Amino acid sequence: MHPAPSVIIFTVFSGLGFGMLVFLGLGLPPVTGWTAFFFYLAAYAMAVGGLMASAFHLGNPQRALKAFTQWRTSWLSREAWVSVAALAVMGIHAFAAVFFGAILAPIGWLGAGLSVFAVYCTSMIYAQLKTVPRWNTWLTPLHLITLSFGGGAALMGHTSLAGLLIVLAAALQVAHWQVGDRALARSGTTLASATGLGNRGRVTAFEPPHTGSNYLLKEMVYTVGRGHAAKLRLIALALGYGIPGVLLLLPIPGVWPSLIAVPSHIIGILAARWLFFAQAEHVVGLYYGKRAA
Amino acid sequence: MPPTQPSVDLSPRVSDEVRKTTCYMCACRCGINVHMKGGKVAYIEGNRDHPVNKGVLCAKGSAGIMQHNAPSRLRAPLKRTGPRGSGEFEEISWDEAMEIAVGWLKPIRETAPEKLAFFTGRDQSQSFTSFWAQGFGTPNYAAHGGFCSVNMAAAGIYTMGGAFWEFGQPDWERSKLFMLFGVAEDHDSNPIKLGLAKLKERGAKIIGVNPVRSGYNAIADEWVGITPGTDGLFILSLIHCLMKAGRIDLDYLARFTNAPVLVNGDPKSPDYGLLMRDQDGKMLVLDRATGKRTPYDRKGVKPDLAGSYRKAGISHRPVFHHMVERYLSDDYAPEQVADRVGISAKRIRHIAAELARAAFDEAFEIDRPWTDFRGETHKTMVGRPVSFHAMRGISAHSNGFQTARALHVLQIILGTVEVPGGFRFKPPYPKPPEAHPKPHVGTNPGQALNGPHLGFVHGPDDLALKPDGSPARIDKAFTWENPMSAHGLMHMVISNAHAGDPYKIDTLFMYMANMAWNSSMNTGGVMQMLTDRDDSGDYVIPHIIYSDAYSSEMVAYADLILPDTTYLERHDCISLLDRPICEADAAADAIRWPVVEPDRDVRGFQSALCELGARLGLPNFINEDGSQKWADYADYITNHERRPGIGPLAGFRGPEGDKTGRGEVNLDQLDRYIENGGFFVSHIPEEAQFYKPWNTAYQDWAVGMGLFDAPQPYLFNLYVEPLRRFQLAAEGHGDRQPPEHLRGRIKRTMDPLPIWYPPLEDGHADPVEYPIHALTQRPMAMYHSWGTQNAWLRQIHGRNPLYVPTGLFEEHRLSDGDWVRVTSVHGEITVPVMHMAALNANTVWTWNAIGKRKGAWALDEDAPEATRGFLLNHIIHELLPPRGDGLRYANSDPVTGQAAWFDLRVKIEKVPAPAEAQPAYPPITSPVGKGPKDLAWKVGK
Amino acid sequence: MTQLPTSTEKKLGLVIDLDTCVGCHACVISCKGWNTENYGAPLSDTDAYGADPSGTFLNRIHSYEITQENAPAQLVHFPKSCLHCEDAPCVTVCPTGASYKRVEDGIVLVNESDCIGCGLCAWACPYGAREMDALEGVMKKCTLCVDRIYNNNLPEEDRVPACVRTCPAKARHFGDLGDPESDVSRLVAERGGMDLMPEQGTKPVNKYLPPRPKQDEAQEFDILAPYLEPVADTPSGFLGWLDKALEHIPGSGPRFPDPDARQKSGKL
Ligand SMILES: Nc1nc2c(c(=O)[nH]1)N[C@H]1C(S)=C(S)[C@@H](COP(=O)(O)OP(=O)(O)OC[C@H]3O[C@@H](n4cnc5c(=O)[nH]c(N)nc54)[C@H](O)[C@@H]3O)O[C@H]1N2
Ligand SMILES: Nc1nc2c(c(=O)[nH]1)N[C@H]1C(S)=C(S)[C@@H](COP(=O)(O)OP(=O)(O)OC[C@H]3O[C@@H](n4cnc5c(=O)[nH]c(N)nc54)[C@H](O)[C@@H]3O)O[C@H]1N2
Ligand code: SF4
Ligand code: SF4
Ligand code: SF4
Ligand code: SF4
Ligand code: SF4
Ligand SMILES: [Mo]
Repeated sequence: MHPAPSVIIFTVFSGLGFGMLVFLGLGLPPVTGWTAFFFYLAAYAMAVGGLMASAFHLGNPQRALKAFTQWRTSWLSREAWVSVAALAVMGIHAFAAVFFGAILAPIGWLGAGLSVFAVYCTSMIYAQLKTVPRWNTWLTPLHLITLSFGGGAALMGHTSLAGLLIVLAAALQVAHWQVGDRALARSGTTLASATGLGNRGRVTAFEPPHTGSNYLLKEMVYTVGRGHAAKLRLIALALGYGIPGVLLLLPIPGVWPSLIAVPSHIIGILAARWLFFAQAEHVVGLYYGKRAA
Repeated sequence: MPPTQPSVDLSPRVSDEVRKTTCYMCACRCGINVHMKGGKVAYIEGNRDHPVNKGVLCAKGSAGIMQHNAPSRLRAPLKRTGPRGSGEFEEISWDEAMEIAVGWLKPIRETAPEKLAFFTGRDQSQSFTSFWAQGFGTPNYAAHGGFCSVNMAAAGIYTMGGAFWEFGQPDWERSKLFMLFGVAEDHDSNPIKLGLAKLKERGAKIIGVNPVRSGYNAIADEWVGITPGTDGLFILSLIHCLMKAGRIDLDYLARFTNAPVLVNGDPKSPDYGLLMRDQDGKMLVLDRATGKRTPYDRKGVKPDLAGSYRKAGISHRPVFHHMVERYLSDDYAPEQVADRVGISAKRIRHIAAELARAAFDEAFEIDRPWTDFRGETHKTMVGRPVSFHAMRGISAHSNGFQTARALHVLQIILGTVEVPGGFRFKPPYPKPPEAHPKPHVGTNPGQALNGPHLGFVHGPDDLALKPDGSPARIDKAFTWENPMSAHGLMHMVISNAHAGDPYKIDTLFMYMANMAWNSSMNTGGVMQMLTDRDDSGDYVIPHIIYSDAYSSEMVAYADLILPDTTYLERHDCISLLDRPICEADAAADAIRWPVVEPDRDVRGFQSALCELGARLGLPNFINEDGSQKWADYADYITNHERRPGIGPLAGFRGPEGDKTGRGEVNLDQLDRYIENGGFFVSHIPEEAQFYKPWNTAYQDWAVGMGLFDAPQPYLFNLYVEPLRRFQLAAEGHGDRQPPEHLRGRIKRTMDPLPIWYPPLEDGHADPVEYPIHALTQRPMAMYHSWGTQNAWLRQIHGRNPLYVPTGLFEEHRLSDGDWVRVTSVHGEITVPVMHMAALNANTVWTWNAIGKRKGAWALDEDAPEATRGFLLNHIIHELLPPRGDGLRYANSDPVTGQAAWFDLRVKIEKVPAPAEAQPAYPPITSPVGKGPKDLAWKVGK
Repeated sequence: MTQLPTSTEKKLGLVIDLDTCVGCHACVISCKGWNTENYGAPLSDTDAYGADPSGTFLNRIHSYEITQENAPAQLVHFPKSCLHCEDAPCVTVCPTGASYKRVEDGIVLVNESDCIGCGLCAWACPYGAREMDALEGVMKKCTLCVDRIYNNNLPEEDRVPACVRTCPAKARHFGDLGDPESDVSRLVAERGGMDLMPEQGTKPVNKYLPPRPKQDEAQEFDILAPYLEPVADTPSGFLGWLDKALEHIPGSGPRFPDPDARQKSGKL
């Protein structure tokens, strides 16, 4: 899939933002006043900024409100509702905390729940797609939620917890890659099943239907070289998980470890997210002969 | 909860008006419905009532709207300002353009009319353009047939009075076995597809013979991946098998062909090998009933295939004996030919058996009594459900004429021509070869030519030679080098004119042929010739006038451009005098008419010729008072009469518009055509629909239609006597003698019975060094070079790889997208490759005419067509490489002069990817600027 | 509206005959022409005359090769447009309700005025049947020519999709696949019509007729051998046969007893 900056930014930052909101909602720590203000500002900036970025991905963003209508079937629509709900509920919580120094615990818990659910909805947009076998696994939501928690924890200063969550996320990441690398092959969808011609012999793509480009090729038939991907995985592992994990888990005093760990984590996760899209093979690529069958 | 759905307008208005005209994107000439909205072309679909396409339309036809609105359209007459080939022009008025043209043409007409060479491309107004050229008086006129498929046309007409090429079609309704030789698309584009659909529906078998298994061959039930250039040998082997098994239609051969005609067997006679005739020139057969020599058409004669006539100790045997002697020879046994043709002996026998089974065991009769030319009435028509079709795959080789002949002989011995289930002619065919004119080259300053330029020769006497024996025509058509070049040799004009061989010309006038690019061999060389200057700094070819509608590569090489309209903006006439749209059951013709008026300063070329002809004072183009005779082409179409009562259009003739074929001029004729959907059809009566060459009812119908003036039944020529006349000359008989260096070749190649010889390039380019055959195919969604300017079509074919078969792909360690250098004896190109498995193991191929010159067609200079697209033409030369004798022969069929595009042999070698396909030429300046960035074409709201 | 109807009154769709499609792209362009001028926004092209032309099409022709052990490779032209799936994942993912499946005929459509151009439906479609229009930012897909098939302004016989009307090889058939008696259903039954990617669970309405088996292999060679039994081994033997054969033919009949024939030597 095309690793569009808008969706990479959207998923990474809304994940971080909602991750922070989870902790804020749970009152971990129970911040108020200016401290709360800055924490909430950061959380909202990321969550809302991420959501706004996703709107750049739209062909007709002026109609974005229509996306709220189909919550019965559409994870994207649910995500819209749940995000807004989480932001609204947490808004009340934030308002009380910042201006009245009050922690409305039940509202916080509700907001935290909604925030997790928002991340889950986002992850399900991808995980639901049978057409992208790499994503179509319970590992996707699990990984993304763990990451959201880990990032949130790191940003909230829960260094050891963040460290642990990031290590867990690293394991899930590796699992996701491992499973993902075989997902297309295991999905049972092949050029043979795509064409129905498999029982006659080995099917290979001959001429493409057009020498010019099209939306499908640009959007869904993105390819990355193996070497390039392997390098990026190492970078993602090191920056996104290794360095922050170690820095956060080692008992180093002061804020310095976090000041290095968080940016490193974000850069690493951006790289991982780029790969999340770039390496995701949509089955339509089979028709174009761009995927091994 | 029941979902609520948006409401959709299910019945939107489709258009304000439908204008019915004829498609132009190829020579198939389908009927189209042009939907108009607000005076603009909104949508084009096929016309269901049209005899050619019956409603369907190909990709090009549907994309006509993008062709019509292409940014590459020329906008006004152009005068060259920069050097030739630069593309620098200024727009001028038509008046100035006419004056320039007259300034060049008038003096040559008055002194030496042959100094004008007028050659036209694949237009559909050859009867008109040749009429103009005749009036001018130059012998140097032809259309594109010489580089296209004259082998097909000539072999068909000499053998059976009609050809595959547009002049006939399989009986799609009744055929049970259809064999297709070397066709990727053809002119009969939609009808072939419709026909294949009919065959498929009935479960008829399709055999495809083609080195490449794409398109039609992909859907064939059986694919024969033949070695290019060997079809003739394969076919002769099929003939061998069928004859040996006696699986031939003896009755048909005896009655309708020259198989029983006696051949002079006296080696001492000047007529040795010619057909025996009586005093009236009638061919003689042995009558089985009387044992006497009898004119072939005598009532009641029973022509004998078996007996021979003996006189003075010499046996004169019928043609059929000669065939038996030749084709039963083991030289043609499947085992002997298998390796050469790349088909196993078993498979050859199997295909012969299939043919036999279908032709004889599945024969049927239909209840239609008919009377033959001998007066004998037959109660039924015998159907032999085997049909064939072939095109350039066999004809674009230097043995193509004889190969096509072999195929016709195969059709004929199976008795499948003009019978139900077989191959059928379309009017104005069938027509005996003798009914065609002979070539005329008699020039007189200031006067018209002494007759039509092109035609059919019947012996050395008909050649177009000057008294000193040198060629009379600039393209050397109808000379000893290619005596039967019935369509001329357009591909030789530029190189001959450049070389001043046989003489120099002054003005080259071309129409609708991209000769500086895809229709020339040796494209780089041709561009050089067009820009070459002599010692005094003048261009070697002094003046070039060209008519195009678009900014093609050729435009850049002309001095004066006469911009044509698009096909939706002009009148055209698809005439029975030319290349009509007939079907086997019907005569039909069609028009184009301006469904929209041009929005630029352009004119239909034929209309421009009407004015130019008048300004030059050409006899057929001025009234007695010297004024312009034809106001425009529409005027000519309506009012011109070739013979009294016979005009360009056969429908709605006579003052009331109720006469067909023959009739006085009808001033409302074009309106009647428009009302009728742009075409006219006249059905052939049932009893006249088969056996046309011999069927009295057909002959009478054809005379009534004005196709000819008296019935002219004839026999199929298994043995083509005119060929023998050339052989005789080569053997030393007669006064007109070939030059010594051609004697041997004429003796060998002009055999009156089909033979096979290896493609000539094999004898010039070492087959060991150049082991690979290189071919092109027509993409169904592109028309030569001009599809590229179409924004929709160019997304389908915007570049072309060289397709390489598995073995070679592995041998050269290639992967898709790698580049190879392709070398022939003439030159090299560097191009990208792709793998193809369903391909003959020694063949590579690519799509034709996708590669473009930078700057042409209003495309960006970095368009993929210019950077990754390529032409094979750069490595095909118009001349074969020199051999021991130092002479360079044309890369053409030695009989007809047909350009041998597919003889090409190459070697390939993997190379690092260059920046762009090689050779790359510098860009030409676009005389029309560049196209817009984005398109969202919608006319209605 | 992104809930799928539990059932539709009809299941209109296409049946595509892979045995007949010659890969001519006619259907591609007629589709482009009709749908540019009709339903919704025009199908646009960007960089139309430039280095990287790219456009919206609702129907595309792929081609595939099949290589086998003991027979020559085959080539199959393969048209592909929306299959109007019964369990259309493209519909259920749509957040706006722009994508929907019509209750009356099962046609899957995009209501462009509701489409935000998020692209999710195209991601959800396994077949690549949806293309986002680059200029308009809305999702485009095959409409099954909904504005033709019921169009009162068209003659009855033209109320079929543009691609079906134009296909010169008659490889495209249109009809109600929900009606087992319809022509298309019969074709599917007779020719073993198949689903693409059945494992994706989309239950496509459109069906593909597989190519008929080829006769490239050598098996039946011998069956036909009797058709080619030689009548003679030498040319003279052949002429003997010929003479006899001609006697039975109405056009020739028995030969006049001429001396030449009798003294005809073995040499020709
Ligand atoms: N779409 C489209 N239609 C066109 C045209 C076009 O440009 N585009 N051009 C028109 C014109 S001008 C013409 S002349 C006709 C030509 O129509 P076709 O005769 O169909 O011309 P080609 O595409 O050159 O096809 C030649 C075929 O012969 C095969 N072939 C080559 N060598 C051999 C051989 O030795 N033996 C056999 N058996 N096969 C061989 C090639 O693989 C190829 O399939 O098409 C006309 N129709
Ligand atoms: N390698 C290789 N080369 C080949 C062939 C091959 O098979 N292989 N095939 C050969 C054959 S058979 C042929 S017929 C030739 C065809 O080659 P060309 O005859 O050169 O064909 P086109 O490229 O169609 O170019 C015709 C010209 O007509 C112009 N034109 C288009 N419409 C109009 C119009 O309405 N009016 C006017 N005045 N001009 C118009 C176009 O812009 C273009 O410049 O190519 C030959 N060249
Ligand atoms: S085959 Fe296509 S391009 Fe040729 S006339 Fe017919 S519709 Fe036009
Ligand atoms: S083919 Fe694709 S777009 Fe069409 S209904 Fe099925 S899933 Fe949806
Ligand atoms: S692109 Fe349009 S139709 Fe597709 S899912 Fe998004 S809103 Fe729905
Ligand atoms: S049914 Fe209509 S919209 Fe669908 S592919 Fe065919 S022409 Fe295009
Ligand atoms: S129009 Fe028909 S034959 Fe041509 S590509 Fe489409 S389905 Fe195939
Ligand atoms: Mo041609």
